[in-house]
Amino acid sequence: MKLSNIVENLSLEVKTGENNLQNDVTGAYISDLLSDVMANGKEGNVWITLQTHLNIVAVSGLKNLAGIIIVNNRPVQEDVLQKAESEKVTIMSTPLPAFEIAGKLYQLLNG
Amino acid sequence: MLREFKADLHIHTCLSPCAELEMSPRAIVKTAIKKEIDIIAITDHNSAENVIAARKAAKNTGLTVLAGMEITTSEEAHILALFDDLESISKLQDIVYSNLMPGVNDEKRFGEQIVVNEKDEVLDFNKRLLIAATDLSVYSAVNTIHSLSGLAIASHVDKDVFSIISQLGFIPDNLKFNALEMSVHIDRKQADALFALYNSYPWISSSDAHYLADIGKRTTTFIMNEPTTADMASALNNIEGRRVEWG
Ligand SMILES: [Zn+2]
Ligand SMILES: [Zn+2]
Repeated sequence: MKLSNIVENLSLEVKTGENNLQNDVTGAYISDLLSDVMANGKEGNVWITLQTHLNIVAVSGLKNLAGIIIVNNRPVQEDVLQKAESEKVTIMSTPLPAFEIAGKLYQLLNG
Repeated sequence: MLREFKADLHIHTCLSPCAELEMSPRAIVKTAIKKEIDIIAITDHNSAENVIAARKAAKNTGLTVLAGMEITTSEEAHILALFDDLESISKLQDIVYSNLMPGVNDEKRFGEQIVVNEKDEVLDFNKRLLIAATDLSVYSAVNTIHSLSGLAIASHVDKDVFSIISQLGFIPDNLKFNALEMSVHIDRKQADALFALYNSYPWISSSDAHYLADIGKRTTTFIMNEPTTADMASALNNIEGRRVEWG
Protein backbone atom coordinates (compact mmCIF):
# COMPACT_ATOMS: atom_id res chain seq x y z
CA MET A 1 0.00 0.00 0.00
CA LYS A 2 1.15 3.52 -0.79
CA LEU A 3 1.82 5.96 2.02
CA SER A 4 -0.63 8.37 0.39
CA ASN A 5 -3.49 5.86 0.92
CA ILE A 6 -2.65 5.68 4.59
CA VAL A 7 -2.47 9.46 4.96
CA GLU A 8 -5.88 9.78 3.37
CA ASN A 9 -7.60 6.93 5.21
CA LEU A 10 -6.26 7.83 8.64
CA SER A 11 -6.56 11.61 8.12
CA LEU A 12 -2.90 12.21 8.96
CA GLU A 13 -1.44 15.66 8.80
CA VAL A 14 1.68 15.56 6.61
CA LYS A 15 4.33 17.81 8.17
CA THR A 16 7.32 17.01 5.98
CA GLY A 17 8.19 14.93 2.93
CA GLU A 18 5.07 15.65 0.82
CA ASN A 19 7.00 14.27 -2.16
CA ASN A 20 7.57 10.82 -0.69
CA LEU A 21 3.95 9.79 -0.35
CA GLN A 22 4.26 7.31 -3.19
CA ASN A 23 6.53 5.16 -0.98
CA ASP A 24 5.35 1.59 -0.48
CA VAL A 25 4.50 0.65 3.08
CA THR A 26 5.50 -2.84 4.22
CA GLY A 27 4.05 -2.69 7.71
CA ALA A 28 4.42 -0.71 10.90
CA TYR A 29 6.47 -0.65 14.07
CA ILE A 30 5.59 1.03 17.36
CA SER A 31 8.26 2.07 19.82
CA ASP A 32 9.48 5.12 21.68
CA LEU A 33 12.97 3.77 22.18
CA LEU A 34 15.13 4.73 19.24
CA SER A 35 17.63 1.98 19.95
CA ASP A 36 14.76 -0.51 19.68
CA VAL A 37 13.64 0.89 16.32
CA MET A 38 17.22 0.71 15.07
CA ALA A 39 17.26 -2.97 16.06
CA ASN A 40 13.76 -4.03 15.01
CA GLY A 41 12.28 -1.54 12.55
CA LYS A 42 12.13 -2.87 8.98
CA GLU A 43 12.56 -1.15 5.64
CA GLY A 44 9.30 0.37 4.45
CA ASN A 45 7.71 0.34 7.91
CA VAL A 46 5.68 3.22 9.17
CA TRP A 47 6.98 4.13 12.63
CA ILE A 48 4.42 5.13 15.24
CA THR A 49 5.92 7.05 18.16
CA LEU A 50 5.67 9.96 20.54
CA GLN A 51 9.40 10.67 20.33
CA THR A 52 10.10 13.98 18.59
CA HIS A 53 13.83 14.26 19.19
CA LEU A 54 15.99 15.17 16.19
CA ASN A 55 17.43 11.64 16.18
CA ILE A 56 14.13 10.25 14.82
CA VAL A 57 15.07 11.68 11.42
CA ALA A 58 18.40 9.86 11.41
CA VAL A 59 16.85 6.58 12.56
CA SER A 60 14.14 6.78 9.91
CA GLY A 61 16.73 7.42 7.19
CA LEU A 62 19.06 4.72 8.50
CA LYS A 63 16.32 2.07 8.40
CA ASN A 64 14.69 3.32 5.19
CA LEU A 65 11.36 3.66 6.95
CA ALA A 66 8.36 4.78 4.92
CA GLY A 67 7.53 7.54 7.38
CA ILE A 68 6.96 8.53 11.00
CA ILE A 69 3.55 9.04 12.62
CA ILE A 70 3.74 11.27 15.71
CA VAL A 71 0.83 10.51 18.04
CA ASN A 72 -1.21 12.65 20.44
CA ASN A 73 -0.52 15.74 18.32
CA ARG A 74 2.81 16.07 20.08
CA PRO A 75 4.46 19.26 18.86
CA VAL A 76 7.55 18.77 16.69
CA GLN A 77 10.32 21.38 16.89
CA GLU A 78 11.10 23.44 13.81
CA ASP A 79 14.71 22.18 13.60
CA VAL A 80 13.44 18.59 13.49
CA LEU A 81 11.01 19.42 10.69
CA GLN A 82 13.72 21.18 8.69
CA LYS A 83 16.10 18.27 9.06
CA ALA A 84 13.34 15.84 8.04
CA GLU A 85 12.52 17.93 4.97
CA SER A 86 16.14 18.04 3.87
CA GLU A 87 16.64 14.31 4.49
CA LYS A 88 13.41 13.43 2.65
CA VAL A 89 11.88 11.87 5.74
CA THR A 90 8.10 11.99 5.96
CA ILE A 91 6.74 13.10 9.33
CA MET A 92 3.00 12.82 9.86
CA SER A 93 0.90 13.71 12.84
CA THR A 94 -2.34 12.46 14.40
CA PRO A 95 -4.38 13.54 17.41
CA LEU A 96 -5.00 9.87 18.21
CA PRO A 97 -2.96 7.90 20.76
CA ALA A 98 -0.67 5.10 19.52
CA PHE A 99 -3.11 2.26 20.28
CA GLU A 100 -5.91 3.78 18.23
CA ILE A 101 -3.87 4.83 15.24
CA ALA A 102 -2.14 1.44 15.24
CA GLY A 103 -5.51 -0.36 15.33
CA LYS A 104 -6.78 1.62 12.36
CA LEU A 105 -3.54 1.10 10.43
CA TYR A 106 -3.59 -2.64 11.16
CA GLN A 107 -7.12 -2.91 9.76
CA LEU A 108 -6.17 -0.89 6.72
CA LEU A 109 -3.06 -2.97 5.94
CA ASN A 110 -4.63 -6.35 6.70
CA GLY A 111 -8.29 -5.71 5.92
CA MET B 1 50.66 19.06 43.28
CA LEU B 2 48.79 16.40 41.41
CA ARG B 3 47.45 13.52 43.45
CA GLU B 4 44.87 10.76 43.14
CA PHE B 5 41.27 11.33 44.17
CA LYS B 6 39.05 8.29 44.31
CA ALA B 7 35.54 9.35 43.29
CA ASP B 8 32.09 7.76 43.30
CA LEU B 9 29.99 10.37 41.55
CA HIS B 10 26.59 8.68 41.43
CA ILE B 11 24.96 7.90 44.77
CA HIS B 12 21.25 7.97 45.66
CA THR B 13 19.94 8.72 49.15
CA CYS B 14 16.68 7.74 50.86
CA LEU B 15 15.14 10.69 49.00
CA SER B 16 15.12 8.59 45.84
CA PRO B 17 12.03 6.39 45.99
CA CYS B 18 14.00 3.41 44.67
CA ALA B 19 16.86 3.64 47.21
CA GLU B 20 16.90 1.78 50.53
CA LEU B 21 15.94 3.64 53.69
CA GLU B 22 19.38 3.05 55.19
CA MET B 23 20.81 5.41 52.56
CA SER B 24 20.86 8.40 54.89
CA PRO B 25 23.37 11.14 54.12
CA ARG B 26 25.20 10.36 57.38
CA ALA B 27 25.47 6.64 56.62
CA ILE B 28 26.60 7.33 53.06
CA VAL B 29 29.36 9.65 54.26
CA LYS B 30 30.50 7.12 56.87
CA THR B 31 30.58 4.30 54.32
CA ALA B 32 32.42 6.40 51.74
CA ILE B 33 35.11 7.30 54.27
CA LYS B 34 35.44 3.68 55.32
CA LYS B 35 36.01 2.74 51.67
CA GLU B 36 38.68 5.44 51.36
CA ILE B 37 36.77 7.44 48.80
CA ASP B 38 37.81 11.10 48.43
CA ILE B 39 34.89 12.54 46.46
CA ILE B 40 31.24 11.53 46.30
CA ALA B 41 28.28 13.14 44.60
CA ILE B 42 24.76 12.93 45.96
CA THR B 43 22.56 12.40 42.89
CA ASP B 44 18.91 11.79 43.71
CA HIS B 45 16.27 11.62 41.01
CA ASN B 46 15.06 15.12 40.13
CA SER B 47 15.80 16.52 43.58
CA ALA B 48 18.73 17.67 45.70
CA GLU B 49 17.06 18.04 49.07
CA ASN B 50 19.48 15.71 50.88
CA VAL B 51 22.64 17.38 49.58
CA ILE B 52 22.94 19.85 52.44
CA ALA B 53 22.68 17.10 55.06
CA ALA B 54 25.40 15.09 53.32
CA ARG B 55 27.68 18.12 53.23
CA LYS B 56 27.12 18.80 56.90
CA ALA B 57 27.76 15.16 57.73
CA ALA B 58 31.06 15.32 55.83
CA LYS B 59 32.24 18.54 57.45
CA ASN B 60 35.83 18.28 58.77
CA THR B 61 36.21 14.73 57.45
CA GLY B 62 38.27 15.32 54.30
CA LEU B 63 35.53 13.80 52.15
CA THR B 64 34.30 16.12 49.40
CA VAL B 65 30.57 15.95 48.72
CA LEU B 66 29.54 17.39 45.37
CA ALA B 67 26.06 18.84 45.01
CA GLY B 68 24.38 16.69 42.39
CA MET B 69 21.17 15.49 40.86
CA GLU B 70 20.12 12.86 38.32
CA ILE B 71 17.69 14.57 35.97
CA THR B 72 15.11 12.59 33.99
CA THR B 73 14.70 14.36 30.64
CA SER B 74 11.54 14.41 28.53
CA GLU B 75 13.02 11.54 26.50
CA GLU B 76 13.41 9.64 29.79
CA ALA B 77 17.18 9.73 29.59
CA HIS B 78 19.07 10.13 32.88
CA ILE B 79 21.65 12.90 33.12
CA LEU B 80 23.93 13.62 36.07
CA ALA B 81 24.44 17.25 37.09
CA LEU B 82 27.40 17.97 39.38
CA PHE B 83 28.23 21.25 41.13
CA ASP B 84 30.61 22.59 43.75
CA ASP B 85 28.16 24.97 45.36
CA LEU B 86 24.73 24.77 46.91
CA GLU B 87 23.50 27.89 45.16
CA SER B 88 23.74 26.32 41.70
CA ILE B 89 22.07 23.08 42.74
CA SER B 90 19.22 24.98 44.34
CA LYS B 91 18.73 26.97 41.12
CA LEU B 92 18.74 23.74 39.15
CA GLN B 93 16.26 22.22 41.58
CA ASP B 94 13.86 25.14 41.06
CA ILE B 95 14.04 24.64 37.29
CA VAL B 96 13.60 20.87 37.56
CA TYR B 97 10.67 21.17 39.98
CA SER B 98 8.86 23.62 37.70
CA ASN B 99 9.32 21.18 34.81
CA LEU B 100 8.52 17.98 36.69
CA MET B 101 5.38 16.08 35.75
CA PRO B 102 2.72 17.14 38.26
CA GLY B 103 1.46 14.46 40.63
CA VAL B 104 1.86 13.11 44.11
CA ASN B 105 4.25 10.27 44.94
CA ASP B 106 2.49 6.99 45.72
CA GLU B 107 4.76 5.74 48.50
CA LYS B 108 3.31 2.24 48.42
CA ARG B 109 4.11 1.77 44.75
CA PHE B 110 7.27 3.79 44.25
CA GLY B 111 8.77 4.03 47.72
CA GLU B 112 9.25 6.77 50.29
CA GLN B 113 11.10 10.02 49.55
CA ILE B 114 12.65 11.03 52.82
CA VAL B 115 14.38 14.33 53.51
CA VAL B 116 16.66 14.08 56.54
CA ASN B 117 19.26 16.16 58.33
CA GLU B 118 22.89 15.29 59.04
CA LYS B 119 21.89 13.43 62.22
CA ASP B 120 19.50 11.06 60.41
CA GLU B 121 16.45 12.91 61.75
CA VAL B 122 13.51 12.94 59.35
CA LEU B 123 12.66 16.48 58.28
CA ASP B 124 10.05 15.84 55.62
CA PHE B 125 8.57 13.45 53.10
CA ASN B 126 8.94 14.87 49.61
CA LYS B 127 5.51 14.56 47.95
CA ARG B 128 6.57 15.26 44.37
CA LEU B 129 6.57 12.57 41.71
CA LEU B 130 10.36 12.30 41.63
CA ILE B 131 10.22 9.00 39.74
CA ALA B 132 8.58 10.75 36.77
CA ALA B 133 10.13 12.63 33.85
CA THR B 134 10.58 16.37 33.43
CA ASP B 135 9.62 18.43 30.39
CA LEU B 136 13.29 19.30 29.88
CA SER B 137 14.74 17.86 26.68
CA VAL B 138 18.30 16.50 26.83
CA TYR B 139 19.42 19.71 25.15
CA SER B 140 17.81 22.02 27.67
CA ALA B 141 18.99 19.85 30.56
CA VAL B 142 22.62 19.94 29.40
CA ASN B 143 22.44 23.65 28.57
CA THR B 144 20.88 24.45 31.93
CA ILE B 145 23.60 22.52 33.78
CA HIS B 146 26.33 24.29 31.82
CA SER B 147 24.76 27.72 32.30
CA LEU B 148 25.06 27.07 36.04
CA SER B 149 28.73 26.03 35.56
CA GLY B 150 28.13 22.38 36.39
CA LEU B 151 29.27 19.13 34.80
CA ALA B 152 26.74 17.23 32.66
CA ILE B 153 27.37 13.50 32.48
CA ALA B 154 25.24 10.97 30.58
CA SER B 155 24.25 8.32 33.14
CA HIS B 156 24.91 4.60 32.65
CA VAL B 157 25.09 4.74 28.84
CA ASP B 158 25.37 0.93 28.71
CA LYS B 159 21.95 0.33 30.26
CA ASP B 160 18.94 -0.77 28.18
CA VAL B 161 16.66 1.76 29.85
CA PHE B 162 16.94 5.39 30.87
CA SER B 163 20.23 5.92 29.05
CA ILE B 164 20.78 8.52 26.33
CA ILE B 165 21.61 5.71 23.90
CA SER B 166 18.66 3.47 24.78
CA GLN B 167 16.26 6.41 24.45
CA LEU B 168 17.73 8.18 21.42
CA GLY B 169 19.53 5.37 19.60
CA PHE B 170 22.82 7.26 19.62
CA ILE B 171 24.32 10.41 21.09
CA PRO B 172 23.69 13.45 18.90
CA ASP B 173 26.90 15.31 17.93
CA ASN B 174 25.76 18.62 19.27
CA LEU B 175 25.11 17.42 22.80
CA LYS B 176 28.08 18.58 24.85
CA PHE B 177 28.36 16.07 27.68
CA ASN B 178 31.43 16.50 29.90
CA ALA B 179 31.62 12.72 30.15
CA LEU B 180 29.75 9.46 29.65
CA GLU B 181 29.23 7.16 32.61
CA MET B 182 29.64 3.38 32.37
CA SER B 183 27.77 1.34 34.95
CA VAL B 184 29.09 -1.45 37.16
CA HIS B 185 27.57 -3.90 34.71
CA ILE B 186 30.41 -3.57 32.22
CA ASP B 187 34.16 -3.49 32.62
CA ARG B 188 36.67 -1.38 30.73
CA LYS B 189 37.26 -3.99 28.04
CA GLN B 190 33.57 -4.39 27.29
CA ALA B 191 33.14 -0.62 27.25
CA ASP B 192 36.02 -0.26 24.78
CA ALA B 193 34.41 -2.83 22.51
CA LEU B 194 30.85 -1.52 22.76
CA PHE B 195 31.40 2.21 22.75
CA ALA B 196 34.43 2.74 20.47
CA LEU B 197 32.15 5.12 18.54
CA TYR B 198 32.11 7.41 21.55
CA ASN B 199 35.78 7.41 22.51
CA SER B 200 36.04 11.12 21.78
CA TYR B 201 34.08 11.66 25.01
CA PRO B 202 35.79 11.22 28.37
CA TRP B 203 34.40 8.21 30.26
CA ILE B 204 33.90 7.67 33.95
CA SER B 205 32.39 4.83 35.92
CA SER B 206 30.49 4.97 39.18
CA SER B 207 28.36 2.80 41.42
CA ASP B 208 24.86 4.33 40.97
CA ALA B 209 24.44 3.11 44.54
CA HIS B 210 20.89 2.59 45.81
CA TYR B 211 22.09 0.45 48.75
CA LEU B 212 24.84 1.16 51.27
CA ALA B 213 26.66 -1.98 50.15
CA ASP B 214 26.88 -0.57 46.59
CA ILE B 215 28.88 2.52 47.52
CA GLY B 216 32.35 2.40 45.97
CA LYS B 217 31.63 -0.78 44.01
CA ARG B 218 32.90 1.21 41.06
CA THR B 219 34.97 4.37 41.30
CA THR B 220 36.87 6.65 38.96
CA THR B 221 40.29 7.96 39.98
CA PHE B 222 40.92 11.60 39.16
CA ILE B 223 44.56 12.62 39.02
CA MET B 224 44.38 16.34 39.71
CA ASN B 225 45.10 19.17 42.11
CA GLU B 226 41.99 19.75 44.13
CA PRO B 227 38.53 18.19 44.43
CA THR B 228 36.56 20.75 42.42
CA THR B 229 34.40 20.35 39.33
CA ALA B 230 36.73 22.72 37.46
CA ASP B 231 39.74 20.50 38.16
CA MET B 232 37.65 17.43 37.37
CA ALA B 233 36.77 18.96 33.99
CA SER B 234 40.51 19.45 33.37
CA ALA B 235 41.21 15.85 34.34
CA LEU B 236 38.46 14.62 32.00
CA ASN B 237 40.15 16.50 29.17
CA ASN B 238 43.72 15.52 30.08
CA ILE B 239 44.83 19.10 30.68
CA GLU B 240 48.23 19.79 32.28
CA GLY B 241 48.92 16.27 33.42
CA ARG B 242 45.50 15.76 34.90
CA ARG B 243 43.66 12.60 33.87
CA VAL B 244 41.12 9.99 34.92
CA GLU B 245 41.40 6.23 35.33
CA TRP B 246 38.89 3.47 36.02
CA GLY B 247 38.47 -0.26 35.53
ZN1 LIG C 1 19.76 6.46 36.37
ZN1 LIG D 1 21.02 6.73 39.43
